[in-house]
Amino acid sequence: MAPTSEPDDRPVVLVTGASRGIGRACAEAFAASGWAVAINSTTEEGAARAAAEIADTHGVPTLAVPGDAGDDKAVDGCYRAIFQRFKRLDALVNNAGILCDGPLGMIAPDQARRAFSVNALGTLFHIQAASRLMRRRGTGAIVNLSSIMGTRGAAGASAYAATKAAIASLTRSAALELGPHGIRVNAVAPGLIETDMLAGLKPEQLADRIATIPLARVGTAAEVADLVLFLASDRARYINGQVIGVDGGMP
Amino acid sequence: MAGVAELETCFVETFALEPGTDPRSLRFQSILEWDSVGHMQLIAAIESTFDVMLETQEVLDMSSFDKAVEILQRHGADV
Repeated sequence: MAPTSEPDDRPVVLVTGASRGIGRACAEAFAASGWAVAINSTTEEGAARAAAEIADTHGVPTLAVPGDAGDDKAVDGCYRAIFQRFKRLDALVNNAGILCDGPLGMIAPDQARRAFSVNALGTLFHIQAASRLMRRRGTGAIVNLSSIMGTRGAAGASAYAATKAAIASLTRSAALELGPHGIRVNAVAPGLIETDMLAGLKPEQLADRIATIPLARVGTAAEVADLVLFLASDRARYINGQVIGVDGGMP
Repeated sequence: MAGVAELETCFVETFALEPGTDPRSLRFQSILEWDSVGHMQLIAAIESTFDVMLETQEVLDMSSFDKAVEILQRHGADV
């Protein structure tokens, strides 16, 4: 958990699953806006590399806090490191997640358990720890990454969709509980976004899905990050307990 | 660093204890004020006062004044 530059009075965000994809785009967006960024990834190498690259590119303090989101002790370790380095946390982006594909009848129990552990329990563990640090200042914002699959369902991805529905539910409950302490909790529900997760689709499958999107294209990780940054900022100060789609109007 | 007097203050102020009430006599849920909501307020007060970040299991284990002392000592507090 090596620091890459000195802390100062700027706001601090923790982004989980930040080494690539939407998490990386979020970390870049916060850094570009001057935030100090704690970078979580499952591996030490992934977190350290992303932290170093973001510090180099944006000139902001970064901190690598590796650890599996589904491991509550590792999650506690992230917050101890953030507390030691920055003494504060202004925003949490709960992005870490894994896919669990498969039609009903062919979902491996261990894969389903792992998806719930990382996606749903990991989000819960991070909310618990982050909110304790945020309560000290009486302010904070948490943005969880749900999915359009969590709000609408998804054939062939029931387990994954259920983990994302759990995140939407967790968002609403946490918003009710933490709002009185000055902490807002919202979720973003991306639709079809250009990330590694699309790599498994055949070209014709991708074309079929794009044909259902009114804006007629896939979204970018940066477009999701724009909403995440907005929700974490003071400009969203009266938005709480919402699950907002970034899906090009997907039905 | 804060000491035992400051820990007593955390209990007294969080639970608005009457004068003469000994915080050492309290247990989690032994008074109305020390419910789960009060517990999180107590944790916030203790973490701020002692400038520490407790682990989740320590938050769950802090069921009495003595237990708070034991946990804070693990974090290097002089209590």
